[in-house]
Amino acid sequence: MSDGFLEIDALSSYYGDFQALFDVSMQVGEGEVVAVIGANGAGKTTLMRSITGLLSNEAAMVRYRGQAIGGLRADQIATLGLSMVPEGRQLFPSLSVEENLIIGGQIGRRGPWGLEAVYRLFPVLKERRSQQSTSLSGGQQQMVAIGRALMANPDLLLFDEISLGLAPIIIKTIYEALPGIIGGGMSAIIVEQDITRAINVSHRVYCLQEGRVSLEGSSKTVSREAISNAYFGV
Amino acid sequence: MDWLNAIIQGILLGGLYALFAAGLSLIFGVMRLVNIAHGDLIVLAAFLGLMITTTLGINPLLALFVAAPQMGLFGYALQRWVLNRTLGDDILPPLLVTFGLSVIIQNGLLEVFSADPQKLNAGSIETASIAVPGGINIGVLPLLMFVTAVAVIAVLQWIFYRSALGRAFRATSDNQDIAQLMGLNKSHIFGLAMALSLVVVAIAGIFLGIRTSFDPAAGPARLIFGFEAVIIGGLGNLWGTLIGGIILGICQNIGAQINPGWQLLAGHIAFLIILAVRPRGLFPRVDG
Repeated sequence: MSDGFLEIDALSSYYGDFQALFDVSMQVGEGEVVAVIGANGAGKTTLMRSITGLLSNEAAMVRYRGQAIGGLRADQIATLGLSMVPEGRQLFPSLSVEENLIIGGQIGRRGPWGLEAVYRLFPVLKERRSQQSTSLSGGQQQMVAIGRALMANPDLLLFDEISLGLAPIIIKTIYEALPGIIGGGMSAIIVEQDITRAINVSHRVYCLQEGRVSLEGSSKTVSREAISNAYFGV
Repeated sequence: MDWLNAIIQGILLGGLYALFAAGLSLIFGVMRLVNIAHGDLIVLAAFLGLMITTTLGINPLLALFVAAPQMGLFGYALQRWVLNRTLGDDILPPLLVTFGLSVIIQNGLLEVFSADPQKLNAGSIETASIAVPGGINIGVLPLLMFVTAVAVIAVLQWIFYRSALGRAFRATSDNQDIAQLMGLNKSHIFGLAMALSLVVVAIAGIFLGIRTSFDPAAGPARLIFGFEAVIIGGLGNLWGTLIGGIILGICQNIGAQINPGWQLLAGHIAFLIILAVRPRGLFPRVDG
């Protein structure tokens, strides 16, 4: 499906001389949840950095609602309604939990998400609102990172390695909260190493292998065999 | 009584040193930029104050209100169009560029104003003093400078820890990439930080010009005093910077009390001792 919400067209990304992505094309529809899977080093995080503008590209390689955004700065792209939960949480250590959330919302986009809504989603954060963000457990930090991204009231939410380094029970909690987050019509790209979870939560799935798209399909119909072929390249 | 007097005058002098240091500390805290031209910018502000007082015929203390916004605008422009281009993973380019800026400012001032020492004349307030019990006189002007320094530090502290701008400063300082994802344009944030720094520099420069004579080559020594105050107090701690300035001021005055030639030496020795015993300063910021 392609309604021109987010279109990535033959994206190639480089770190200096090293090419991390080769002609990656991908579409995300309005309200659609897309999973991106792939082994370590397949280029998943590079793809996220390219979409959010942390890596700059040729303008036409990334289009959002018809606008070529590939060449914009990350802060300009953020104001258009793209928000990311970065790999490894990356909270601001100098800021309290609440300040981390407030700064997520400082763009000032209107929408359902605000401090109270985030605290309703993750009540534990309200108790810890004035603590340093680094004093929280890994799972609570992930909640802050998700809340911080939601505070921007994004139309497209990117989750980079949503469950990496978290205890299974925490991962379960986060996934249980997910429908409440993206159920309201928000589009999402979820980068995940756990293939079963990625398939269950998404409409469509892309598999990256060594910087190329090795599989693209509907999460309902794609076979496990096809995924493992695309994942490991056998 | 001479010693007590030396200490009190040293405390008051320390306020001026804290003003030299506060802008330096702010810039380093927000963008890890060591501004070698900081002292020359202070002297530039003093000359700007001189131009304003002579053309408008107003008291330099009033000229401050004209000079501060001008220095702030200059700071923003300097950061956006020059210094931002030097910031990156390598710490050498900003050092070299601010060093070059220091040379440019010194020689530019020399061209325009010549090497003659100048002084800002604040009128009768310069000699006014308050007699306190024990035969000690406290100058109104040094007292005003000290109170201003405390107020400046308090305002900076408030901005840094209580305002939206300060939140943006801290977030950008923590992680520039993620701050960009929050919609913060780091070039603009850095520009605002430099603007704020140079507003403080304007205050410091005009106070310097009222207190002592200055010439185009006076900058580097102010930079050293500023550095010493920052390091003594502990990097990233604004109140620590005030204490650092006071310690420096007291040590210099005690040194001068022992022997007039020892004034500067005593300050440097105190700095070295503190650096040897507490390499992170007396009140380092506790990072999580």
